[in-house]
Amino acid sequence: MALIEVSNVWKTFGDQVVLEGLNLAVGEGDFVTIVGTSGCGKTTFLRMLLGVERPSRGDIRLDGEPLPDEPGADRGIVFQRYSVFPHLTVLGNVMLGLEFAGAPVAGRLFGAARRRAREQAMAMLEEVGLTAARDRYPSELSGGMQQRLSIAQSLIMQPRLLLLDEPFGALDPGIRADMHELTLSLWEREGLTVFMITHDIQEGFKLGTRLLVFDKVRHDPQAPEAYGATITYDLPVDRRGARQWPEGHSVVPSGHGDAEPEQAPAGNAREAN
Amino acid sequence: MKRLINRRPRRASAVVLALVPFILLVLVYLMASQARLAENPNDKLLPSMASFADAIHRVAAEPSRRTGEYILWGDTAASLQRLGIGVGLAAAIALAFGLTLGLFPYARANLSPLVKAFSLIPPLSVLPILFIVFGLGETAKVALILFGITPFIIRDLQQRTEELPDEQLIKAQTLGANSWQILTRVALPQILPRLIEAVRLGLGPAWLFLIAAEAIAAEQGLGYRIFLVRRYLAMDVILPYVAWITVLAFLIDFALRQLRVRLFRWSVTAS
Repeated sequence: MALIEVSNVWKTFGDQVVLEGLNLAVGEGDFVTIVGTSGCGKTTFLRMLLGVERPSRGDIRLDGEPLPDEPGADRGIVFQRYSVFPHLTVLGNVMLGLEFAGAPVAGRLFGAARRRAREQAMAMLEEVGLTAARDRYPSELSGGMQQRLSIAQSLIMQPRLLLLDEPFGALDPGIRADMHELTLSLWEREGLTVFMITHDIQEGFKLGTRLLVFDKVRHDPQAPEAYGATITYDLPVDRRGARQWPEGHSVVPSGHGDAEPEQAPAGNAREAN
Repeated sequence: MKRLINRRPRRASAVVLALVPFILLVLVYLMASQARLAENPNDKLLPSMASFADAIHRVAAEPSRRTGEYILWGDTAASLQRLGIGVGLAAAIALAFGLTLGLFPYARANLSPLVKAFSLIPPLSVLPILFIVFGLGETAKVALILFGITPFIIRDLQQRTEELPDEQLIKAQTLGANSWQILTRVALPQILPRLIEAVRLGLGPAWLFLIAAEAIAAEQGLGYRIFLVRRYLAMDVILPYVAWITVLAFLIDFALRQLRVRLFRWSVTAS
């Protein structure tokens, strides 16, 4: 059974159709990357997976159950910014989820429970390479370290689904390549299911096992808001195959020419590797 | 030559520049005072330094003949107690309401208009009501301070709570937090430094209301004393009292700033 099932989902805001006729089934362990022009509804789609927005029509199921209409511990999120809590140290940020789970009223753990949570958090920090920074506050961290922290913070809850909303969009290219390595190794080790939005199609090919392109298929020049975007391409990405792209294979179907053609050449995608 | 907006004083010259207006002010006063006293040695408007020293000695170092208390210290204690209780209660109430209104849409819909309406009432206009309801004792004075600054601190904290990035609140929910945990572990610790800032801003009006209330009905207090000795044109007492109130206001402000730096290091490095 698919982990996530999206059936005929529409999203409208008033007269404006943002998404139309989305159908998608994603299995456990998939790494789904989503690309598309800005304003094409990819963030709206992610917000629906989060539970912040509800589909106007159709439904989304997680493990066969309708998705709750508010965020929960089964779906982790990493945003581009404001993803960590400025008033907590690195260690405090990672322990927070465990403290929420273990202390519904106090919101804090004490004694042996606290030590256990601390050990678990330290192991998580080790995985993302933040052990040395454990007592620092987020404002004392670089952008890349903050995103590592945000990922660690989410993963400690062992979410069924990890949602990434352009998590590396604000980082320098070198740092971004490091973050790619980290993300892939965490994905493999922890057996994660990931949805990641990116505006960088190369990043999409490099990280994803499956790449979705969101775009409008219908246009009405008199009423640009009349039609929404949908999934125009759903490409399986074979990573071993991906290594051969420079030999001239185009992974992007020829009909895709009008959607960000300047980013389409896949050859560059692996150079960053 | 560099543009004026790009020229900055060094640290030492900045100190000198800051002192110059104060020194000038004192000099102008001394000259004016001397000129008036030369004409009329009994002039009370601009007392000499010697009569200031006399007056300060009288109120701060000699027990009052009537009550046996040191007037200045008794006044200071009475005023600071009123101010402390008033501002402390205002801060506690404002923190509870500000967080609740900022975080819960239902509370906001329910109470926000009321708080806004209250914040528009000129506090001094309700002073008679407070005196009628609470009598002329301590309660009315504390209540005036409370009434005067609480609504505005509530609105400030409510706004700051609403300004917490949505991303943070969503993130906390994905970490499994319930509303109470979000209130206590996400919103409250981030609003506390703001509370200190809001209290610092609120202290100005708080002094105003304190002195106003003391001027009208009190038996002790800094504001009471100033308005009492006004009848005798006792500038030699009034001016030192004003200076003393200014010093107290500065010290309280300084202490609050230090408190924020000590307790909430993260909030200082973040900004």
